[in-house]
Amino acid sequence: MAKKISFTLNGKAVNFEVDVRESLLDVLRYRLGYTGVKKGCGVGECGACTVLVDGMTVDSCIYLAVWADGREIRTIEGIAQDGELSVVQQAFVEEGAVQCGFCTPGLVLTTTALLESGREYTREELKRELSGHFCRCTGYKNILKAAEKSLEAGKRQCEE
Amino acid sequence: MYDIQGYIEAESVSDAVALLASNPRLKIIAGGTDVLIKLRHGQMEGAELLSIRKIKELERIEQLADGTIVIGALATFAQIFHEPIIHNNIPALAEAAVSMGGPQIRNVATIGGNICNGATSADSASTLFALDARLRLRSSAGERVVPVQEFYLGPGKVDLKPDEMLSEFLISPAGFRGFGGHYIKFAMRKAMDIATLGVSVMCKISGDVFREVKIGLGVAGPTPLRCVEAEEFAKGKAIYAETLAGIGRLAVKSTNARTSWRASREYREHLVEELTQRALHVAIVRAGGAEIG
Repeated sequence: MAKKISFTLNGKAVNFEVDVRESLLDVLRYRLGYTGVKKGCGVGECGACTVLVDGMTVDSCIYLAVWADGREIRTIEGIAQDGELSVVQQAFVEEGAVQCGFCTPGLVLTTTALLESGREYTREELKRELSGHFCRCTGYKNILKAAEKSLEAGKRQCEE
Repeated sequence: MYDIQGYIEAESVSDAVALLASNPRLKIIAGGTDVLIKLRHGQMEGAELLSIRKIKELERIEQLADGTIVIGALATFAQIFHEPIIHNNIPALAEAAVSMGGPQIRNVATIGGNICNGATSADSASTLFALDARLRLRSSAGERVVPVQEFYLGPGKVDLKPDEMLSEFLISPAGFRGFGGHYIKFAMRKAMDIATLGVSVMCKISGDVFREVKIGLGVAGPTPLRCVEAEEFAKGKAIYAETLAGIGRLAVKSTNARTSWRASREYREHLVEELTQRALHVAIVRAGGAEIG
């Protein structure tokens, strides 16, 4: 059951034939080689496969590839621009919020979506917004710090 | 790959119900956060899916001139949480919406799927029970409107015929106007967990007496339920701690909780008694009453 779909992937137009049985994770990771999209639990619990669909965080393991038709998809590979880390990536580095790195792409994408929302978040709200990601090594303290730093840095950038 | 044998995209409600009438094996998929997981776990096999994702009119949340709140079956939990109509009129439903899953799940999971799945633990269900919500079900033969209390037939079983689909939830002003409400989800984690118990209460007060109390519970029986005995008892009673304690004790009488690996029956009954009172404390203040010391 092949279906031709067109979508934007990290800013580039893509025309691709997918099987209706495939998840977006399958297509991005195994057929297009975007290995920053991690496969964790496969049932939408760990958040490792998070991508942005029209700017909104989605677990790509439980999102059918055909649903990407006509949409704008962003993965971690599209976050750094011209070799420069984004504000969010820089904050994760500075706060030591990365250990094994498996949960990092998803967390960076979620934090990017929060930054782009233009909203302000309290610490409690930030914890809630990051709660769809499991980290099994660093604990969450540095991740939370990195997210707070990202939003502050983003706000400063907007004001400048 | 998912064990999917067929996939059709409906363009409109009339299109969807015509397709359902022509093939009773079709399984509706919306957000996919239940259907795809059932497929992954082998609880559903060789699915012939009918997607209703493109039916824009089912995404809307609006308030009609008569005050009725209409929530489309495709409204996501994130959308419900951020919607001013919900916040201003039925904040308990916003509280229920944001308690479900995690952010990525709330971005795609729909309230229609949450209810049609038939789980007693559905986070939106106890509040929809307390609000006396009604469901608009459409088929190629026409439509019918069913109270949410009658829609649940048993665990995982709802009153949806093979040729029917849920299009909207209708919440009449009589169900929420003048009421203060509150939802408490009790779970082992603050996020990404299934409720051990869900309690949603609505109360209307005049002076220092209860005019009306409505209590919806999830995971207190095979389906979500209302605590009729406790609600009757509350009517006209003075609002003070002893009345709340009585309501809590009577609420347990309506339940039929079971022991599962999550919690024992006794623990769930304890939660019903305690959390009903805690939820009422908040609801009373929201209804314009004074805090009970």
